[in-house]
Amino acid sequence: MNGRAAAAFAARHRTGLTVLGVSLALTLVPHLLANPWKLGILNLVAPYAIVVLGLNLFIGYAGQISLGHAAFFGLGAYGSAILTTGYGLPPVAAMVLTAAGVGLTALVIGVPTLRLSGHYLAMATLGFNIVVHNVFVQWDRVTGGPSGLTGIPPFGVLGVTFQGETQQFYLLWGATMIALTLSLNLVRSGVGRGLAALAEDEISAAAMGVDVHRGKIAVFTVSAVFASVGGSLFAHYLGTITPDTFGIFASIDFVIMVVIGGMGSLWGSLAGAAFVTVLPHLLGPLEDSKDIIHGLIVVAILLVLPRGLLAELVTLAKSRLAHRRAALSRSG
Amino acid sequence: MGTASDNGILLQTADLTKHFGGLPALHEVRFSAGKGEVTAIIGPNGAGKTTFINCLTGVLTPDRGSMVFDGQELSGLPPHRIARLGISRTFQNLRLFPGLTVLDNVLCGLSAKAGDSLIEAFFRTPALRHRERLLRLTALEALDTFGLADYASLPAEALSYGAKKRLELARAFVSRPKLVLLDEPVAGLNPDETERVGTLIRQMRRSGVTLILVEHDMDLVMSVSDHVVVLDGGRRIAEGPPDDVRRNPLVLEAYLGKISLTA
Repeated sequence: MNGRAAAAFAARHRTGLTVLGVSLALTLVPHLLANPWKLGILNLVAPYAIVVLGLNLFIGYAGQISLGHAAFFGLGAYGSAILTTGYGLPPVAAMVLTAAGVGLTALVIGVPTLRLSGHYLAMATLGFNIVVHNVFVQWDRVTGGPSGLTGIPPFGVLGVTFQGETQQFYLLWGATMIALTLSLNLVRSGVGRGLAALAEDEISAAAMGVDVHRGKIAVFTVSAVFASVGGSLFAHYLGTITPDTFGIFASIDFVIMVVIGGMGSLWGSLAGAAFVTVLPHLLGPLEDSKDIIHGLIVVAILLVLPRGLLAELVTLAKSRLAHRRAALSRSG
Repeated sequence: MGTASDNGILLQTADLTKHFGGLPALHEVRFSAGKGEVTAIIGPNGAGKTTFINCLTGVLTPDRGSMVFDGQELSGLPPHRIARLGISRTFQNLRLFPGLTVLDNVLCGLSAKAGDSLIEAFFRTPALRHRERLLRLTALEALDTFGLADYASLPAEALSYGAKKRLELARAFVSRPKLVLLDEPVAGLNPDETERVGTLIRQMRRSGVTLILVEHDMDLVMSVSDHVVVLDGGRRIAEGPPDDVRRNPLVLEAYLGKISLTA
């Protein structure tokens, strides 16, 4: 009886328990990975993962496209940098204010832009990214121009400052797990179903009572706020930001992370961000040809594992397991 | 206006007109559907039947005319608002969400009841959990009614054509709407499946929902409808109880052409 109740509890809270389990496993990482350089690479994955989670809601769930999310990422980073170094705001206040501003920006851009779809939406978001990047480069007095901003303080909250790779790891991955939980919650609600429905068929979704335009604007705004928070954490982690990190190629990298992780696979978003961020470091010894090999590996994955790294690997593992069980039952 | 008493009218259109280029798809169509009745719309291909449904559901904007549903004017309202007033529909060429599971497809039919607060969704509040559980039960009950209970967790695209047709019905009826517009619910089905859908339509009608049925299958139309409206070339050319319409010379002409009438 007790066992059955426990099983029912586990089934009902499977997603929550999985997030909890992975979070606990993550707390061990800094103890197992003593090399601060390696831990630093993992720390760099986290802000990207937050951006990719939001972008996956927009691209993978709601079926839209954005080639401009590096702009929101950059606005988050610059907003936090300027408000903390220039105006002496505490990092949390700077992050929240910036995210609110970026959300509002996304709302204003989204209302006209999200009437578009496909190539046109891609072009509009790309154009936005180019404009924002130009502002970062040209507006010397505020953004520091091409050399960017330095001296951004480490993140702190309630008098605790996160310093050193290990503390940063807990901060950044804690934030990532919160973003993951929020995203998982969203897609398991009526709002999430509405997004999935409008991605498949807008006319049919509207006939079911889904406000298609509002849904698109909402998820676009949410993804921009995620990108902004990722940018704030990124700026506080590195302490220095330059405009070239927030150009259109970064936007394309984010889309590649979404696709490699798996469209609509939120857990996959973490894998996608990790893979694309870590791979160049693994290819470090190859020096000159490293960019080409990086590109070829990404293309190969897209061709061979079109549903994304994680989804395909899980399927592979499941079918292996089924085969083994079948073999066992035959021999037994 | 035999069957529908005037105070029992749920939907009424007047002067409804829609042109595509110069071509009249609907021309000054006057139409009414009695509460709790099945009103069939028949007519040859291109008569304007689907255009009529698309106007009622806000997919198309009529050029002129009024559409009053339950005391409320529909023209100018976006499709999701019309759906939320309690008007639901199926599509002539299936428009399911192929990648979503059968259960999620039906749950989408309950969108109006699922709530659209982002905050609630992000924090998965107890109220939301509770509501989701109730919606799930409602959806599973509908799957059972429409003979789809075994397929709940399959993607909709994996179903047979007949099962897909029934899934669209389940999705349209699950929210207990006031009015359901069925656009050729048995097109392409074999006689057994057609009979099954016919039974389901009669069952839904007994539950009190008002139906507008666009259909080419005359046996189905004659056996389930209370009232038949005939469109031809975007105009209403006849209406009345099924037996009267069947014998109306104008209807015969529209369907069979003048020659066979005189022959």
